[in-house]
Amino acid sequence: MSILTTLDPRRTPAPAADPGVAVRLSGVTKRFGGGAVVLDDVSLTVGDGEFVCLLGASGCGKSTLLNLVAGLDAPTAGTIAVPGGRAALMFQESALLPWLTASQNVELALRLRGVGRRERRSRAGELLALVRLEGAGAKRVHELSGGMRQRVAMARALAQEAGVLLMDEPFAALDAITRDVLHEELVRLRASQALTVVFVTHNVREAVRLGDRVVLLSSRPGRIAREYDIAIGSPRRIESPEVARLSVEITDDLRAEIRRHGGQP
Amino acid sequence: MTTAPVSPHDDLASLEAGLDALEAPVEPRPSPLRKAFATTWPPAVAVALLLLAWELAYRAGLEPTYALPSPADVGLVLLEQLQDGTLPAAIGTSVTRGGLGFVVAVLVGTPLGLLVGRVRAVRRGIGPVLSGLQSLPSVAWVPAAIIFFGLGEGAIYAVVLLGAVPSVANGMVTGIDQVPPLFLRVGRVLGARGLSSARHVLLPAVLPAYLGGLRQGWAFSWRSLMAAELIVSSPELGLGLGQLLDQGRLLNDMSLVFAGILGILVVGIAVELCLFAPLERRVLRRRGLLVGR
Repeated sequence: MSILTTLDPRRTPAPAADPGVAVRLSGVTKRFGGGAVVLDDVSLTVGDGEFVCLLGASGCGKSTLLNLVAGLDAPTAGTIAVPGGRAALMFQESALLPWLTASQNVELALRLRGVGRRERRSRAGELLALVRLEGAGAKRVHELSGGMRQRVAMARALAQEAGVLLMDEPFAALDAITRDVLHEELVRLRASQALTVVFVTHNVREAVRLGDRVVLLSSRPGRIAREYDIAIGSPRRIESPEVARLSVEITDDLRAEIRRHGGQP
Repeated sequence: MTTAPVSPHDDLASLEAGLDALEAPVEPRPSPLRKAFATTWPPAVAVALLLLAWELAYRAGLEPTYALPSPADVGLVLLEQLQDGTLPAAIGTSVTRGGLGFVVAVLVGTPLGLLVGRVRAVRRGIGPVLSGLQSLPSVAWVPAAIIFFGLGEGAIYAVVLLGAVPSVANGMVTGIDQVPPLFLRVGRVLGARGLSSARHVLLPAVLPAYLGGLRQGWAFSWRSLMAAELIVSSPELGLGLGQLLDQGRLLNDMSLVFAGILGILVVGIAVELCLFAPLERRVLRRRGLLVGR
């Protein structure tokens, strides 16, 4: 058992033994203490530049999986490789530090990577402009709307220049209008910055709207139940009939997974 | 097949700009003059009413004059004490003692709080003692301090420290307990470890509760100091406000006692208004915890 993930900013990225691979999980199992198995033998490969959505009901271990890839926790068995060296993680709540301004939040990520003061400031400005928040850098967290906070959090995640961006239900707490706009923003950023994204959600339409691939997880223990390649061209919208059609199919599978836990065949 | 219309980037940018403008929270900002007026007049009226009631009670002759002097008598004594320098000197002595005691209490209480907050074994051992000590009135320490240190500054400082250190330490412990785990996780994701995590995440997150502890620590230092000064007095010892009170009692001079009490009150209020209140307000406002106030 070895953990190849690391968050240490001083560590140089491992030479790409796995060309074209951003994250590789092999036989990952996780149980907490002596408790039940949360993740059971999960093997998943995410290619460079790929957008993978992990979908599942409660108890499927989605968040646990992200924590493992982010290096916040270690797997009980199996290996996790992030050839790019690091993973950035975005949470459901923006998790911006309230004693810092928007710009300082982004700068902190740079600072902890050892970027010099002057460069930090200009780089933070660029990143905020990238999420179209130029001019909001001096604002405190409480002066920003929920959508703006998540964009600052996105800029902060980008500041980590990690090999992969992990997103843990980042838009779940937003209203539908803002969420829709942020979907579009994420798709745009992903294309312009060549991001690799692992996106956890319990929203089927959101998964189909965003992902190149949707991975359906079963619950208790979390296992990969099925994968779907989303071959819908861009631009995609959450209202597109193709998105709706595939969402119906995936929802049926998801419900079948959930029914297995009800005690009836 | 695409039914969705192509949405150019400019469209998204203007959409986001509109959404941001609609959703950004709007903070009401009352004018500073009006705010100052609104906060000053209620206490001013209350004090005026209190003085009026006092004057009326005096005129009604409810108590003999030596027990209940008139506000004007007290004012005269106050003026006299101010002019001959007794009261300023007493305030100076007490503030120096209280301030020094408070600073030492902060220097001791802060690392103690960090230790109790972060090290489980220490918390199990000292934690309950520390919160227990907080509910012990510090006057209770005075006899022990006199026996141990004799009638001197040592006894006074011992009482002040025993009163203030638990407050400062407990503020720190409370702050550490209240740090949202999410912040610590964010710090780890961003690469903060050990010292850098403490500097960039833990300590800033603790700050509001720690400030509360400091504020309470100061109040406890000041109260403990007065208790100690009232009892620990000797000719060699500098005359503090507490000793001035005791002098007033010995001379059966109620006006002097009132003047001393006013001195104690004024120092307490001044430190609160000039130091802790603005500091706390600033920290809370920056974090959006004081919107519109």
